[in-house]
Amino acid sequence: MAELNAAGVLSAPLVIEYPFSRTTGPVVGAFLTGLREGVLLGIKGSDGKVLVPPTEYDPYTAEDLHELVEVGPGGVVDTWCWVRQPMPSHPLDRPFAWALVRPDGADVGFLQVVDAGSAEAMSTGMRVRPRWAAEREGSIADLECWEAET
Amino acid sequence: MTDIQLPPSLQGVEPVRSVRTPARLEYTYTAGAATTRFLRGVAEGKIIGERAEGGKVYVPSRGADPQLGVPTSEQVELPHTGTLTSFCIVNVAFYGQGMEIPYTSGLILLDGSDLPIMHLIQECPVDDVRIGMRVEAVWVEPSELGPTLESIRYFRPNGEPDRVVKQPGKGVTW
Repeated sequence: MAELNAAGVLSAPLVIEYPFSRTTGPVVGAFLTGLREGVLLGIKGSDGKVLVPPTEYDPYTAEDLHELVEVGPGGVVDTWCWVRQPMPSHPLDRPFAWALVRPDGADVGFLQVVDAGSAEAMSTGMRVRPRWAAEREGSIADLECWEAET
Repeated sequence: MTDIQLPPSLQGVEPVRSVRTPARLEYTYTAGAATTRFLRGVAEGKIIGERAEGGKVYVPSRGADPQLGVPTSEQVELPHTGTLTSFCIVNVAFYGQGMEIPYTSGLILLDGSDLPIMHLIQECPVDDVRIGMRVEAVWVEPSELGPTLESIRYFRPNGEPDRVVKQPGKGVTW
């Protein structure tokens, strides 16, 4: 583990990790439950528009929101950015796109990963579908990424 | 937030109530010149302290006397025995602990040094651990020695009579 640097001084990796758990509440909890079951959920805002992921309160009126609705599974790429060199913390170990994906039936997009192979395969307005993780446990990682609809 | 309406596809399934969200920080720890000297000694099965001109011996040395602000100039090989000056019995399990509870963590003032080091106290029931207890280092096998304090597995009682431990404060150091 320990190694000498140019000055002849020892150095070694040091990892600090805190095992937080977060209580999800009824709305985010329902969204994650949906991911586990392979279902995407949004919520109807005060003006009737559907927000994804669902929020507990309307972003404009601050009213409580109640009506969860199923959206997707397909969606549209509203905008995107190609990542040529993924970082260790990124969800994929190959080049991919960060994209605002707006699922069918939703009125806003949310930031997601599109596994398109190359930037040339990406375009604004393209149709995508979710790729679900093989084993799902009720976490955002259950929705592994999106891929082009064929 | 009492009347959340779920779509039919999610009626009756077990709801998610919490998620694990660990925070992780990855560092490279650079030991510095003085601690490198100490760790190289440990890799050879030696405990090496450093003495400043005031006479105090620090282990592991940080390269300077914190009271005088002068470099610790002389290396001193210390014996592997010492006196327990303080301890804590750990009864609470925590993430990443790696030890069976209860166990004892202690401050050990090595003979000939002036600042205690922290290490595990083992081969002694937790109820028998006491300030003033004489202890000795138990090392890993020679083939497993490395530049880490884990080269010392723990300290255990060495059977010598207890010593009176001076308490810090009131102008008294160890």
